[in-house]
Amino acid sequence: MKTSFKLNGKQVQVETAADATLLWTLRDTLHLTGTKFGCGAALCGACTVHLDGVPVKSCLTSVSAAAGRTVTTIEGLSTDKLHPLQQAWIDEQVPQCGYCQSGQIMQAAALLKSNPHPNREEIINHMNTVLCRCGTYLRIIKAIERASTVTSKSGKP
Amino acid sequence: MKTNKSIDLKDLSRRQFLVTAGGIGFVITAGAITPKFLKSDTLSDAVDEQNKITAWVQLTKDGRITIYNPAAEMGQGSMTALAVIIAEELDADWSKVHIENAPVIPEIYGLQWSGKLGGPMMTVGSRTIRGFYKSLRIAGAQARQILLSNVAEKWGVPINELTTGPSVVMHKPSGQKMAYGDIVTFAKIPDIVPEIQEKDLKQPEHFRLIGKITPRFDVPEKVNGKGKYAIDTHIEGMVYGAISRSPVNGSKPELLNEDEVRESDGIIDIVKLDHGIGVVAKTFDQALKAKKLLQIKWSEGTKAQGYQSEKSFAQYQDIAANSLANESNVKSKIVLETGDAINGIKSAVKVYNRDYFTDYLCHAQMEPLNAVVSIATDGKSAEAWVGTQAPDADRHAIAQALNIEDTAVHFNNCYLGGGFGRRSGFATEAALLAKQVKLPVKLIWTREDDIQYGTFRPISLQRLQAGVDNKGNILGWRHDIVGPDDRLQTGGIHMDYYKIPNQSVKFYVTDHGVRTTYWRSVGHGPNKFAQESFINEIAYDQKIDPYKYRLEMMKDSPRHLTILDKVISMSDWGAALPKDRAKGLAFSDYGGSYTAGVVEISLNRDSGQIKVHKVWAVVDAGVIVLPNSATAQMEGGIVMGISSCLFESITFKNGKVQQSNFHDYPILRMADAPESIDIAFIPSSAPPTSLGEVSLPLMGGAIAGAFLKLTGKALRHLPFSTEKVLKGLNG
Repeated sequence: MKTSFKLNGKQVQVETAADATLLWTLRDTLHLTGTKFGCGAALCGACTVHLDGVPVKSCLTSVSAAAGRTVTTIEGLSTDKLHPLQQAWIDEQVPQCGYCQSGQIMQAAALLKSNPHPNREEIINHMNTVLCRCGTYLRIIKAIERASTVTSKSGKP
Repeated sequence: MKTNKSIDLKDLSRRQFLVTAGGIGFVITAGAITPKFLKSDTLSDAVDEQNKITAWVQLTKDGRITIYNPAAEMGQGSMTALAVIIAEELDADWSKVHIENAPVIPEIYGLQWSGKLGGPMMTVGSRTIRGFYKSLRIAGAQARQILLSNVAEKWGVPINELTTGPSVVMHKPSGQKMAYGDIVTFAKIPDIVPEIQEKDLKQPEHFRLIGKITPRFDVPEKVNGKGKYAIDTHIEGMVYGAISRSPVNGSKPELLNEDEVRESDGIIDIVKLDHGIGVVAKTFDQALKAKKLLQIKWSEGTKAQGYQSEKSFAQYQDIAANSLANESNVKSKIVLETGDAINGIKSAVKVYNRDYFTDYLCHAQMEPLNAVVSIATDGKSAEAWVGTQAPDADRHAIAQALNIEDTAVHFNNCYLGGGFGRRSGFATEAALLAKQVKLPVKLIWTREDDIQYGTFRPISLQRLQAGVDNKGNILGWRHDIVGPDDRLQTGGIHMDYYKIPNQSVKFYVTDHGVRTTYWRSVGHGPNKFAQESFINEIAYDQKIDPYKYRLEMMKDSPRHLTILDKVISMSDWGAALPKDRAKGLAFSDYGGSYTAGVVEISLNRDSGQIKVHKVWAVVDAGVIVLPNSATAQMEGGIVMGISSCLFESITFKNGKVQQSNFHDYPILRMADAPESIDIAFIPSSAPPTSLGEVSLPLMGGAIAGAFLKLTGKALRHLPFSTEKVLKGLNG
């Protein structure tokens, strides 16, 4: 089955089995391995990408669901320089093992897009679907708060 | 551990190999040992004479300094910390330092438990910074000394007139300066490599990098998706494997529908293994589909068959009861015997008896186990990509599976998506799949595989008995531990910070035939939970504040008292709290470090859910090499500790693991994280000690202590699930 969609700003076409998942298509067909496999059941959020700007768990999203739509992965989050969240992640030294962090950042990016200045409760409610076993949650919250401040200064997300 | 046969270190010329004063195997060479090295047959073949100064450090003309990381990077930050240690003594310009993984050469990059180099390349036991600290300072200082001797000869000045600044050699009398990179053009390795004694090393007050550096080397590529984990490996022509493994440990498979599975989309082959059936397909989706089709009849009669973990605790209580009567016939060992515990307890005015229990735990690291193996067409060599805590052992296992020499396996250790003790000893399967299909194979465990074929922290019963005098002072202490796996159960028994006379600790080993292994903090988790809970309970019954109670027991231990006092002041221990809140306290140690922690909790009395709001911890871990990362290790241990204490439990029914994914093996989510974690370090110039596992064991005792204060009820069975909490409240 051929599927076309816009991936990180570029039009792509992939040939996959009809029921192939977006996660494994991104990772194995398109070689974008920043999106991670964690549970295969939409329970951990390591595979979070944006579909038309909305965060989805790509492990349970079929590639056909992306047809004609726009997919953004961690590799395409920012085109020129680091996204404010990526910079904040570095400033707060968030990652430990780092495996969940693509999912965390993609989930957070969707939040700041719809709500540039979330309060702590809004951050937690939004981020609660993405697991981190190393226990970096408090740093993730700080990094989102930091990026939110930066975006307010520059006036754009 | 098997040694690397094709590198016989004795045959190397002195130019390449030196034995330092400490008897440490240490390569000093003008050439290069790069990760490419493993494709060469001998060390000298791989030597690039141009630009190497030691096996740990590569210096190039442009001043770039590459430092080789000998340990697995699984989030603990040691790849950066070890480089900082070398760079400090080398007096390197940190901005010019680049870090690469060392090749798998245990003779050079391995670590013995004594801290000597040359030993297994195991990243375990929070030993990396602690273990490598002295050797790598010496390595860095030797490299610096070689640079100095070259410049001294070049300029014709006495070496003792030379000093260094960040990557620069200076001769103050003449005002000459030379950048490290410039030395490469003429550097020679001296016939006699300088011996560096500990007294020649920098004094901690002169550290420019140790304790000063914040950014970790691996962080930037962990925020842009570029950091490579083994699961991210791609090789041309690679195919995908999945395995259905024994649901009951030890049972053997018989495939009932081979023909049907061979019809599955994209399937390449079926691989029959001792412990499972593997399927290899063109895509991972297809491999999973084929795996789902498998109808397997599993052999019966293994030890684990019929095992019901919920029944273990009553059985353990019987074992412990027999122990008190000295009638137990279960294999046991004495862990600690000081004074006369039985008579100490006999002389007491009050005797306390408590049982504490812990469930099986799963590591649940975020990157499921996986490995990629590619075998050469002639079958004589192979390349592997794994994220492992034991690359040399895993390389050996792959070599054995392929019947080739260890050094014929080019082993790439990638970033580990979490380790926690789980990550080693799983790479052989990928080699067996690749061998059969004669194609490069990426084998991925699903989350279900990872949990159901997990290797768990064992269950345990901790039976404690203590007798106290009329002031509450402990006169005798008995601790019986019952549970599987004698490697895992007795850590943390020595409480050298408390003055407790007459102690007796005995361990009774059981065996249910299920897989158990090291899990972050190992025996310290269950044992500190039991010890600290017991102390909190005795203090509560004696109507003594748990801090003041410990104060008395620690009065002869000033180092530990400092830690305790600091956490008390940091947490404002005595301050009044809202009615629904309470604080709890615990003390722990691990790998030479000591820590005290306070938690503040609340309780939803309807649901039974405990919430940990705030955590404070103070740790004395000697010199802190990488402070921000050290703080992160303390934070991570606390969060994983809370997770394990509130949510996590693996159970067995008829020998089968009952949990399979994060819905029934929940780990802590952001909403359950504390609102704040405050960490403080005791300033120290002592050599560094462990940080990765010291904070986790605080949580059980501290949370139960806070619960006791809040409700007057004790929690004695980890995890403190809502069911157990409600039962405890009403019991």
